[in-house]
Amino acid sequence: MGRRVLVTGLATSWGAQVAKALEADSDVELVVGVDREAPRMTLERTEHVPSDGSYAALARIVADTQVDTIVHPSLVLDSTRVSGPALHELNVIGTTNLLAAATAGTSVRQVVVRSSTLVYGSALRDPVWWGEDMVRTSPASNEVERSLVEVEACLADFAEENPGMQVSLLRLAEVVGPAVDSPVTRCLRRGIVPCIAGFDPLVQLVAQEDALGAIELVVRRQLPGTYNVAGDGRLPWSEVAAICGARLAPLPPVLTTVVAAPLTQAGLLDVPPELLSLLRYGTGADNQALKQAGFAYRFTSAGAARNFAQASQSASQSARPASHSSEVTA
Amino acid sequence: MARDRLDDMPTAEALVPLPRRTPALAEGLLADPRLSDVDEWGRSEHLRSLARRLYAPVYRHWFRVEWDGLDKIPAEGGALLVANHAGAIPPDALVVMHGIEEEMGRPVYGLSDDIFKEWPVVGTLWSRLGGVGAHPDNALRLLRQGQLVLVFPEGTRATSKPWAERYQLRRFGRGGFVEIAMRAGVPVVPIAVVGAEESMPVIATIPWLARLLRVPYVPVTLNQALLGPLGTFVHLPVKIRLRVLDPVRSAAPPGQSRYPRAMVLEEAEAIRANLQRAIYAMLGERRSVWLG
Repeated sequence: MGRRVLVTGLATSWGAQVAKALEADSDVELVVGVDREAPRMTLERTEHVPSDGSYAALARIVADTQVDTIVHPSLVLDSTRVSGPALHELNVIGTTNLLAAATAGTSVRQVVVRSSTLVYGSALRDPVWWGEDMVRTSPASNEVERSLVEVEACLADFAEENPGMQVSLLRLAEVVGPAVDSPVTRCLRRGIVPCIAGFDPLVQLVAQEDALGAIELVVRRQLPGTYNVAGDGRLPWSEVAAICGARLAPLPPVLTTVVAAPLTQAGLLDVPPELLSLLRYGTGADNQALKQAGFAYRFTSAGAARNFAQASQSASQSARPASHSSEVTA
Repeated sequence: MARDRLDDMPTAEALVPLPRRTPALAEGLLADPRLSDVDEWGRSEHLRSLARRLYAPVYRHWFRVEWDGLDKIPAEGGALLVANHAGAIPPDALVVMHGIEEEMGRPVYGLSDDIFKEWPVVGTLWSRLGGVGAHPDNALRLLRQGQLVLVFPEGTRATSKPWAERYQLRRFGRGGFVEIAMRAGVPVVPIAVVGAEESMPVIATIPWLARLLRVPYVPVTLNQALLGPLGTFVHLPVKIRLRVLDPVRSAAPPGQSRYPRAMVLEEAEAIRANLQRAIYAMLGERRSVWLG
């Protein structure tokens, strides 16, 4: 019998991409996608089931569809889009309701949550590389990180309370890809990326293709546990910008948040607080555990940047003649 | 395997339009289209060689550095280099890194307090030139990658000590460096440095200013007394001699998460005592601070 998988946030890019990846898997018999709105991309066989934003009614959907797996790829990691109480509602309350729904019936055997390496933080005295078993040293200083810490704590409790459940937690490094909409990808596409003057931190990227592949692998193999998902190697932030042909916009090293906030608010730059700590000290996550579990990355960190640059270049090139011809017809 | 699965996927179903399977992929190696030579620790060999070219005259003509037993440093594989630390702005780290990189052609990663990381430009340069934050996990990973790692177990306790206590080794922390070498299964190579103490002697320290500036110590040095503000950065032209002692390889099996505290402390203390003996011997042989 095939797998029956429920994917959250179907109207978000992440939810839709994960659903699409699972559709391609012949072992997956049913893909159910929940969200308030219908998906924005065409999906072949995913069934959209309307739900509320924080999944309060999810238990009923789980009971109706008898899914054996819940994939939760749609945590919000971008405070320029959702912030304040709404962010807490979506991430923390949403996950709490989702976990409650997972145990309401007896059908669910696996829960997969997409988190981020933001959960490790990025502080002065931190080690260069984070392993899955390590805990951040600095208090979470922004709402995205705080909500991730809370979500992961909920998930750890859930795993402890439900020893029969396969709980998989994926911590993704900064994801880049043609379909990714994040502060970093928006800046890179715009051609102007923020940096902090005098700092050129080393960052790690992961291609969205690899991120989706990792989620699919974890579902397919029913792998429990926590895994960092990050491309090999780290590279200077300035090099990421150079690969993508973007210019650096330096922010002052002192009072950085004070300067960054109005710029972000005005839509001139996308420098939410969760990006700022990264731009100072950088970060690295050890990706050995997932490799040992059998995952083969297709891109290194630099490869992910290059792939993103090429994809967005060809996208803008194919977009230009189209707009040109429409001008002609008009 | 996941790769087989990905490669078996027809191109049309790929999530991202991409050329299929590059030759590098076929060999099991991923293409890594880098633009710079900055490695995963932030070190750039290009910038290092530039820095070495600038530092060479200081090394050769100012300090007139001489090594003894450089061949005891392993030509390949990881090793933890442990040296004594001295001088208000210690010249020893640069001297050791420069010497080994020039003579052996092997990179040396210098572990130090993260304090530099906080400062714009300085922190970035420090990292590009082989500086790595002194976190045990960083040291372990570097050693497992087969690199040479330089540590000063005395830390700032040594560089801020008064003139009267020169060449008296401070406590070697809690022996953490020995434990890391054990875990990585690499030898500890002690290096005795003579001359650095006199290069910038500390006359006094200003604790309140250090607290204000959030640095470990603010020294008043003999150099400042002699040369004024310029003395803050200029070392006295002392002769620096280095002696590499026999590598110490622990009998403990590598890869363990914990080692008996007593064993670790005992080994750390044995290395400290050995280094101290070597320093006293070298001081006994020394005729002049300036000429060696």
